[in-house]
Amino acid sequence: MARGFDDRAIAWILLVAMVVSLYMVFMYVPTEREMGIIQRIFYFHVPLAWISFLAFLMVCIAGIQYLRQRSRWWDALGTSAAEIGVLFSTLVLITGSIWAKPIWGTWWTWEPRLVTFLILWFIYVGYLLLRAAAGDDERKARLAAVVGIVGFLDVPLVFFSARLLRGLSPVVFTRQGAGLAPPMLWTLLVSLATFTLLFVLLLRQRLFLELARDEVESLKELVP
Amino acid sequence: MGRAILTLLWKDLRVELRTKEILTTMMVLALLILVILNVAMGQNVVTVKLAASGVLWVVFTFAATLGLSRVFLVEKERGQLSGILLAPMDRSAIFLGKMIGSTILVLLVEAVALPVFVVLFNFPLGGRVGPLLLPLFLGTVGFIAVETLFSAISAQTRLREILLPLLAFPVAMPALVGAVGATAKVLDGLPLQSAAPELQLLVAFDILFVAIGLVVFEYVVEEE
Repeated sequence: MARGFDDRAIAWILLVAMVVSLYMVFMYVPTEREMGIIQRIFYFHVPLAWISFLAFLMVCIAGIQYLRQRSRWWDALGTSAAEIGVLFSTLVLITGSIWAKPIWGTWWTWEPRLVTFLILWFIYVGYLLLRAAAGDDERKARLAAVVGIVGFLDVPLVFFSARLLRGLSPVVFTRQGAGLAPPMLWTLLVSLATFTLLFVLLLRQRLFLELARDEVESLKELVP
Repeated sequence: MGRAILTLLWKDLRVELRTKEILTTMMVLALLILVILNVAMGQNVVTVKLAASGVLWVVFTFAATLGLSRVFLVEKERGQLSGILLAPMDRSAIFLGKMIGSTILVLLVEAVALPVFVVLFNFPLGGRVGPLLLPLFLGTVGFIAVETLFSAISAQTRLREILLPLLAFPVAMPALVGAVGATAKVLDGLPLQSAAPELQLLVAFDILFVAIGLVVFEYVVEEE
């Protein structure tokens, strides 16, 4: 029987962490000299990007594990991670656009990392569409696992090709964040921890929902 | 395995030669898209020169998707897939057989669409046909590898062929970027060597996705 995950402790810690990161982002950290106030969105944008990437990695691992073990749990984990990944990468694209408008003077630009996230967004929206259309559970889990694995293996090539699109040399990796002043780095790290906690909470709740749904289905069959 | 692939390939090509269903629909769609793009863009020499490579790949990919969406549906409708799956051979042979067969058909469509493009868009190729063959071939192989895999997946869902482009286009994006880029350079009269990054991307993509297809295909066609 699927028990409700008791996440009250996580939720309370998260609440405190959110207040602390909001304080750090808006009060503690100094305003960046060249970009001004808009640079503060960076403390939301970057953690969101890292965590959606982590979510898509989980979809891939869950897919591999599902194909090996055929357990419903891995499939449920895959779909939960994919949904949160799509949500977070949507926010990545939106916050990226909001940042790009004043800095680059345009809502959208074919910057390699932005393009990579756009393509990732399409791949995992496709994953969710496939799940909605795949019919019975075993087939849904199996096909989704394949798409989850293939989609993630595509990421390095997508990034490489997005650099080609801009005519950039594909070998240079810009290391944003490497030259951050200590207060900025701390703010980023606290914000990252907060978003990681949010991800864990959402993932556990979503996973519970998925397993509870199964249980409702199996209980329905008992009713004559 | 070699003989199994050849047998499957020969069977598919013979069926196609008798019905010519897939080939005809792909050809007609390719010509229609050429006309539509021509109407949409107008006859301006500069516009055509800038967009030529993009026009060609829009035509090729959409026509190919129409044909590829049928490849596994046809087998399912006639109940042949069960027969093939029962045959004592490696499942990856089915993938390779289908992939090679589809590549041959799509290359045939390209061989017809390219001269029609030259005529409709008044875009003489001169001596650029030779160097054009390499990006066309590499791009087609990569795109078809992805579409063959996803065609087998989408054929099992409720949405059927509608799902194929939604799943395949984002994943195939690196192949498209490489193919469009390399084709554009050749059409601009640059030597093939100048398109080395694009061609490298295409080769990497082709190898990766043929390999992925060979490995995961057995999980895609488990039942039926």
